[in-house]
Amino acid sequence: MVNLALAWAEAYGQIQPEVQVAVTGGGSGTGIAALINGTVDMANASRSIKEEERAQAEANGVEPVEHVAARDAIAIVVHPGNPANGLTIPQLSDIFSGKITNWREVGGEDRPIVLLSRESNSGTHVFFLENVVRQGRKDDKTLFSPDTLLMPSSEGISAEVRQNPNAIGYDGLGYVTPDQKVVAVASAAGEPYVLPTVETVKDGSYPIARELYIYTVGEPRGAIRDYLDWILGPEGQAIVQALGFVPLQ
Amino acid sequence: MRVLEPRWRELLVEILIRVAGFSAIFFVALIFLFLLREGAPAFWETSLGNLFGQRWYPNEGLFGTWPLILGSLLVTAGALIIALPLGLATAVFVRELAPDWLREILKPLIEVLAGIPSVVLGFLGMVAVAPLVRQALDVPTGLTAFAGSLMLAYMSLPTIISVAEDAIDAVPKSYRDGALALGATHWQTIWRVVLPASRSGVIIAVMLGIGRAIGETMTVMMVTGNAARIPHEWNALFMPVRTMTATIAAEMGEVAQGSTHYHVLFAVGILLFVVTFLINAIASAVIIKGSSRRGGRLMG
Repeated sequence: MVNLALAWAEAYGQIQPEVQVAVTGGGSGTGIAALINGTVDMANASRSIKEEERAQAEANGVEPVEHVAARDAIAIVVHPGNPANGLTIPQLSDIFSGKITNWREVGGEDRPIVLLSRESNSGTHVFFLENVVRQGRKDDKTLFSPDTLLMPSSEGISAEVRQNPNAIGYDGLGYVTPDQKVVAVASAAGEPYVLPTVETVKDGSYPIARELYIYTVGEPRGAIRDYLDWILGPEGQAIVQALGFVPLQ
Repeated sequence: MRVLEPRWRELLVEILIRVAGFSAIFFVALIFLFLLREGAPAFWETSLGNLFGQRWYPNEGLFGTWPLILGSLLVTAGALIIALPLGLATAVFVRELAPDWLREILKPLIEVLAGIPSVVLGFLGMVAVAPLVRQALDVPTGLTAFAGSLMLAYMSLPTIISVAEDAIDAVPKSYRDGALALGATHWQTIWRVVLPASRSGVIIAVMLGIGRAIGETMTVMMVTGNAARIPHEWNALFMPVRTMTATIAAEMGEVAQGSTHYHVLFAVGILLFVVTFLINAIASAVIIKGSSRRGGRLMG
């Protein structure tokens, strides 16, 4: 969600020139680690803070407070020429854990499946592991297949999906470019296949949606409070929508 | 007194030079100590069985480094197989065969090659080379060890060429004259006399090339696919791999300081250090052995 944070900081800098917001990217783990180490005032994260991270923060005298700042859908993307139109969550789980290795088994051509994922420090990766690969089951220990390509950036995923008819990847809806094909997802076999849009995320019918968080050090005060209120208000949420994420209201 | 003054100056310069020389050793030792301090806890915080296991997935506490070690070695070996013949041939051409005017054009061009930032090469590899590799070889994805080897070969070429060229240049003219006088052709002189005589320099070129390749990070991270799988099949070179350097670069930014994952990443750094050290040591041993043998023959 670094592009969202950048857009907020840029727009806010124009209306409040005396407040300087500096943004650094690197994944949710990076932001939370920086919050724990006390080098930032706010950390954006596309996953909620882990128990051990909260413990480490408190050991460092930092109390992280969670704020929901936007919503997002994880889109499943394939090459534009791929005939597969819909996949169920159990199918996606089997694909990404390496049980299904050919597109033929899920309604595609006879081609090997190449799995693309974000690096394991990305909040998107962790969310996908917990809610798709493990289908939301807490005691499930299924892992991504070792053959999964871990791409350091969203651009890495889209560059490969664009040109490789074998590829399947996932990324936040805001990162999906028009030259990738978005696959409709059903929560189980027999359920309706739904494409990710602002409406289907808002009404809860798209099964792989999540909340995006901002963590502050303690209850926000002063300039940080003002900035957070602005983000949660109509102007900040308009930017959320403009970037392809889903606003709260 | 006027006689003594320059001696003092000499002594001062000598001390400064000595300090500069020793500081290199000092800093390497400091770096190694730091690596050891940050990485050593990994060896008791997690079991050795886990550390040398087959699965790398730090989120779940799986720290198997075998896929990373083998990945690095595979990509480097591939790069060397491609770069060595090309680099040697180029060095021989530039030094022995090319006319003067062409040499004057080629040499600066080779240096420019060395100046291309690795992230630019990585991007080129990701959007241009990887798709080509996939189509040409008909493999599931082009983001493979082979794509990494191609890019690394390209990056280590300037080093290999310029060092090998210097080594060839250092072969005494009398060797060539002798060979030609005995009736050897130009090609026989190069292949049988000049290249063997410059062998130790060529081995240094290879060593530096390996050093460049195994330590390279950005390009490898962008083109090898970063899948932490054990390269065990015969065609593993044409499958994705994850290298030690890419793992450190991709994961160091996000780990909580002092966690097991943090220590293990430093331990991977130690492994990288050890592997590079071993390669260097083997190469030095080869050089010493080779030069003593040649020395003996010359005297005999």
